[in-house]
Amino acid sequence: MNIVDFISLSDPNVRFVVIGSMLLAASSAIVGCFTLLKKKALVGDAVAHSVLPGVCLAFLLSGVKNPVFLIIGAFITGWLSLVLIDFITARSKIKEDTAIGLILSVFFGIGILMLTVIQKSGNAAQSGLDHFLFGQAASLVGMDLIVFSAISLILIIAVVICYKELAIIAFDEGFAQSIGFPVRALELLLTTLTVLAVVTGIQAIGVVLMAAMLITPAAAARFWTSNLKVMILLAAALGALSGLIGAYISYLAPAMPTGPWIVMVISLIAILSFFLAPQKGILVRWFKQKNFQTQMLEENILKLFYQLGEINGNFYTPRTVEQIMERRPFQDFRLRKGLIKLKRQGYLESTSQGWAYTQAGKTKGQRITKLHRLWELYLTEYLRIAPDHVHEDAETIEHIITPELEKRLEEKLEYPRLDPHQSEIPYHK
Amino acid sequence: MDAFWIILAGLLVAIPCGLLGCYLILRNMAMVGDAISHAVLPGIVIAFFVSGSREPVSMLLGAGILGIITTFIIEFFHAKARLQTDAAIGVTFTWLFALGVILISVFAGKVDLDQDCVLYGEIAYVPIDLWITSSGKIMGPRVIYIMGVVFLVVLSFILVGYKELFLTTFDPAFAAASGIYISVWHYLLMGAVSFTTVGAFESVGAILVVAFLIVPPATAYLLTDNFKKMMIITAILGFMVSFGGYYLAVWLDGSIAGAMTVVAGLLFGIVFVRQLAGRRMSYGL
Repeated sequence: MNIVDFISLSDPNVRFVVIGSMLLAASSAIVGCFTLLKKKALVGDAVAHSVLPGVCLAFLLSGVKNPVFLIIGAFITGWLSLVLIDFITARSKIKEDTAIGLILSVFFGIGILMLTVIQKSGNAAQSGLDHFLFGQAASLVGMDLIVFSAISLILIIAVVICYKELAIIAFDEGFAQSIGFPVRALELLLTTLTVLAVVTGIQAIGVVLMAAMLITPAAAARFWTSNLKVMILLAAALGALSGLIGAYISYLAPAMPTGPWIVMVISLIAILSFFLAPQKGILVRWFKQKNFQTQMLEENILKLFYQLGEINGNFYTPRTVEQIMERRPFQDFRLRKGLIKLKRQGYLESTSQGWAYTQAGKTKGQRITKLHRLWELYLTEYLRIAPDHVHEDAETIEHIITPELEKRLEEKLEYPRLDPHQSEIPYHK
Repeated sequence: MDAFWIILAGLLVAIPCGLLGCYLILRNMAMVGDAISHAVLPGIVIAFFVSGSREPVSMLLGAGILGIITTFIIEFFHAKARLQTDAAIGVTFTWLFALGVILISVFAGKVDLDQDCVLYGEIAYVPIDLWITSSGKIMGPRVIYIMGVVFLVVLSFILVGYKELFLTTFDPAFAAASGIYISVWHYLLMGAVSFTTVGAFESVGAILVVAFLIVPPATAYLLTDNFKKMMIITAILGFMVSFGGYYLAVWLDGSIAGAMTVVAGLLFGIVFVRQLAGRRMSYGL
């Protein structure tokens, strides 16, 4: 029953809150993608804190709580804060993050001072001004919604029209400048869009959490794609989804604040993305690393069998674990695990006297040995590195060289016979 | 007498914050300080709920732990997920702050705590909020005791660890080579920041903590290149800010924490403009 009421949006109050939350979450997510890529994610936080004095000033001057005046006031001080951050960073030795913290706390302090002065002035119209501080999505009414929708539309249209320009300054400002883009103007446009996004969202989300609406959906989307268009659409969708869920939670439990729940939902989505995303996620990266470590271990074992075979002239002699460890100290349990795995893959066989190469195992061990020695020779011949400095590097690269690269190396070095340490380079006959 | 207690409380927040802030801004970690001061909220709420009162020891503990967890999560997102630092900071502190606000709503009615006081506190209540022992003896404002302890702890931390903090800030490679555990000192510093934040949150609120952490050290940074001088100037600025801020607030009849922040901003503005003018002259313009 509840869900039906909610989805059908029959109750106008629910409708305002849901549509408002989704709109503002989506539009700030879109702008957030650009600020994130410009590595200026935290400027959103600065703007969010800096709109407070503007709101108060607009109220002091106009004496009414008209959303249009408040938004204009907020816009002016929000914009001023970004200009000041850039100015301080450019004209003194103060770093950008310090400048951001400085401006946001000072502007917010001014705002708080003005707010308390207003509150004590006894003007009855002031009640509700503090919604700008902590946000109150439930207080969104028709008038606010119309203003917000208009701003959100302006934001989306501006991004669509200037997409190419914004994309270039987000990735490579120097390049944009060199091909004659009006970089300063575009930066101002992005600043303006950021301020607009913050101003739209702040009444529902609040000063502190507004930064999340810019940063978090963009950060989450960044993990799923490297395509900017997809990233923007995904960030907007994730933002809107969290707006919807947040509004729904506070609809079911009216004591629950909407803004913090929107932020909670989008944060959880982002954290899941950090872990689970294909390619960039923590888990995938961890598995890749593990796999590579196993591959290195196996190849090192096979290489060792080849080196042992070179010493006594017979590659197929069985070797015990102790003999292997004597030549090269592996971690005991890792070595045993590697041996068993190699047996399963058909590179080794276990006999009563120990472990021995199969034909395939010898071929593979020989190739790794060859790559190692070829690379050592390449480093000494072409990069003029002393022979006693090349082993470590070859230990790493031997696992990475592809067959194509292998062929190039052989041709470039003209199928050499000996490596810099006078060991024979084994070719497959 | 009220004025004395309030200015003293401001000073007791300003000096430890300012001294720690000197390290933060030189380590390019100003925004981490900002993040910690917001992210300790869930720790405070949980401690409040568990202990059932505004008992300072469990609050300091709860928030101190959260502060270190915050730093750890930021590091984790940055190092393991390769998220850019600014985004890692932004995601982490807003998430934890949202959690704190939600917890306040969940415990609503059971916890006498609201987000207003966390954000901008009410230093004006310092003289009224007295510490009365069980035998009924009035010991003076409670906040003064809490901040006095925080002040002493931070001061002794900086005095004892001066060399290590100095080296890990300015030359981490050399510090590591001389056998100093960089990450241990990193987390100790972050722990000290969260500890100070919590001690101060009740009286002055997170926003004044951030202002004291960043604004006076940044002002001092413009005035000198010598680190010890920078710390001394920061302390002097802290005094000017609490003193000037209090009387500005009295004059305007507004928030004392807000007014102190405004004074800090004004002092920075004066120094910054003077520096701009000085630079212009030295270029012969």
